[in-house]
Amino acid sequence: MQPHDILRAAAHSLGANRLRSALALLGIVLGISSVVVLLAIGRGVSVQITEQIGNLGSNLLFVWPTTSEELTIRDLNALRDPQFAPSIESAIPEKQTYARIDYQRKSRGTTIIGTTPDFLTTRNLKLKAGVFVAAPHVANRSEVVVLGDTVAQDLFGNRSAIGSQVRLRGNVYTVIGTLDRSGGGGFGSADEQAFIPYTTVHYRLQRERAISGEITLSQITVKARDDADVNQAEQEVKTTLRASRRLRDEADDFSIFNQQQLLDAIGNVSRAISLFLGSIAGISLLVGGIGIMNIMLVAVTERTREIGIRQAMGAKRRDILAQFVTEAVMLTVGGGLVGVGMGIGLSLLLQSLQIGGEDGLRAVVSPGIVMLALGVSAGVGLFFGIYPAARASGLNPIEALRHE
Amino acid sequence: MDNDKQQTADNAAPDGDQATVIQLEGVSKTYEMGAVQVHAVREVSLSVNEGEFIAITGASGSGKSTLVNMIGCLDVPTHGTYFLDGENVGELSSNKLADIRSRKVGFVFQTYSLLPRMSAIANVELPMMYGRWRDRRKRAEDALEIVGLADRMHHKPTELSGGQQQRVGIARALVKEPSILIADEPTGNLDSRSTSEILDVIKQLNTERGITVLVVTHEPDVAAIAQRVISMHDGEIASDRLQVPADQQESATEQPSGEPETSDEGTKRRSRWWKSWPIFGRTPARQTS
Repeated sequence: MQPHDILRAAAHSLGANRLRSALALLGIVLGISSVVVLLAIGRGVSVQITEQIGNLGSNLLFVWPTTSEELTIRDLNALRDPQFAPSIESAIPEKQTYARIDYQRKSRGTTIIGTTPDFLTTRNLKLKAGVFVAAPHVANRSEVVVLGDTVAQDLFGNRSAIGSQVRLRGNVYTVIGTLDRSGGGGFGSADEQAFIPYTTVHYRLQRERAISGEITLSQITVKARDDADVNQAEQEVKTTLRASRRLRDEADDFSIFNQQQLLDAIGNVSRAISLFLGSIAGISLLVGGIGIMNIMLVAVTERTREIGIRQAMGAKRRDILAQFVTEAVMLTVGGGLVGVGMGIGLSLLLQSLQIGGEDGLRAVVSPGIVMLALGVSAGVGLFFGIYPAARASGLNPIEALRHE
Repeated sequence: MDNDKQQTADNAAPDGDQATVIQLEGVSKTYEMGAVQVHAVREVSLSVNEGEFIAITGASGSGKSTLVNMIGCLDVPTHGTYFLDGENVGELSSNKLADIRSRKVGFVFQTYSLLPRMSAIANVELPMMYGRWRDRRKRAEDALEIVGLADRMHHKPTELSGGQQQRVGIARALVKEPSILIADEPTGNLDSRSTSEILDVIKQLNTERGITVLVVTHEPDVAAIAQRVISMHDGEIASDRLQVPADQQESATEQPSGEPETSDEGTKRRSRWWKSWPIFGRTPARQTS
């Protein structure tokens, strides 16, 4: 029997029983559409997380103190020394505090980050207007501030903030720049922050020194060279810091956070979520598949005579097998196609509802998900269609012909 | 395919005279019905030459259907050997049997056994799906024309009368140029007028195309048109006699009844049967019931 004959015969028999075919399809349609939606949500979550982290740049290492022994300028300078740490391109200090920023009658509590000029590029942030903190500002402990997007919006609305005077703990600071919107990030969005030279934080806002007299820092962000291995850079950071902090047998009193590890961990979590959601949907597919098997068994019984006639006409076992398996697969793939369509529709609907705001729940359908769903639906047809088809092909022609 | 067929026919007829198509030797068929053994066919030996027209009669349960089912390769003997066109069929796998059915055997059933959702032409094309046939549509059209249904090709079986449905059944059986045509009570469900039409068609296939025909029947009228009548009783052949077919009796009254026209003419025609298709296009009287 030629493939096109098999397909035609299968389509013909399915078409002859449209209502029943459609009802049998329903289980597969629901199963496949829920697989598509759930996988799309799982993928949406991982895409979202990856995007946010990708905003930060993937070759970043974040160093925090884990004890009361703060990070200091000396640690920063050690990390900047290419002899200690050849894989490191730059190390950026962050000295963080919290303060209210006042402008005319408006006031806003804001995380203030004291930093250096290369913060902007290291964190992949973009200026909307003006300039960022520059080297002379750091050297002169200048009272200048760059505002995150939300902060600028809250204080200035749509007016330009550049050149305006704002108050920070009683001192007057000049706004020299505002940042583009960066979106929510895992480490606090830059939109909610304001940036000033770290020297200014230390000398004017938060006078705080280590016992050794060094300027303390709340965090150091290390950027590895593009061509360098992030894990190698992490090792260098660790050795360098242990040396500069004079640790011998003690455990590290700082922790290093590797961007790649974070990505991997999130990748694993989102895969697990996808798998979990997918297997829930798989149960409905299983039920749908059993429905298909049921309907095919009924069809085989009902069409016993047809099978006998075909056998008398010279149909071999494999011809009968192929015909019924093809019918089952055609059913499930048809259901799969409708299910994928419904799944995409539902995903788009979910997307447009914007549950949890613009940065909230997302459902991203990829070609991979569609292929997977169609593949699975064909597999379900094959798996659940084999048994009824084997029963059909195993019929004795004489008995089949006698069947009423 | 045509060459194959001719070769088979030639090989089976080394003496160029009457080739044996069917050769049964001590064939039995036993069914197990629970603890009871049912001997449907007992030790039947039978030889059928190419082009013969045979009626098999007998009471129901006499084993005639079981016998033709084995001859048609739908069933295999429990004991004994069966050669079809020189091939030992009793030892073949179900796949090989299907292949032989596909190439050599045409079936006509009492209940027509058409696929109800397919048009007449699709039903006639059906057997060709299970072999490598070219021009299936054309062949099916020709076959329907032979049985006089050229104008009903696209009708569903439910839109045809019983006689017409049976003619579709015959077209379906003849479309693949079978060596043997097995008709199990082909007129059992038909009125007398349709019966004679169907018998005419079958008779034509036999005389003009040399197809060996086995008709299972319990109707004397039907058996009367055969050259040879085999009567079954209790799974055994009770009698096997030659006769002058009813439709030849007026013209051949002088002929001794033991020596009817044999299949000689049929055999010759068979080898070039396709040439006879145009003259064969004469359509039997239309079924009106």
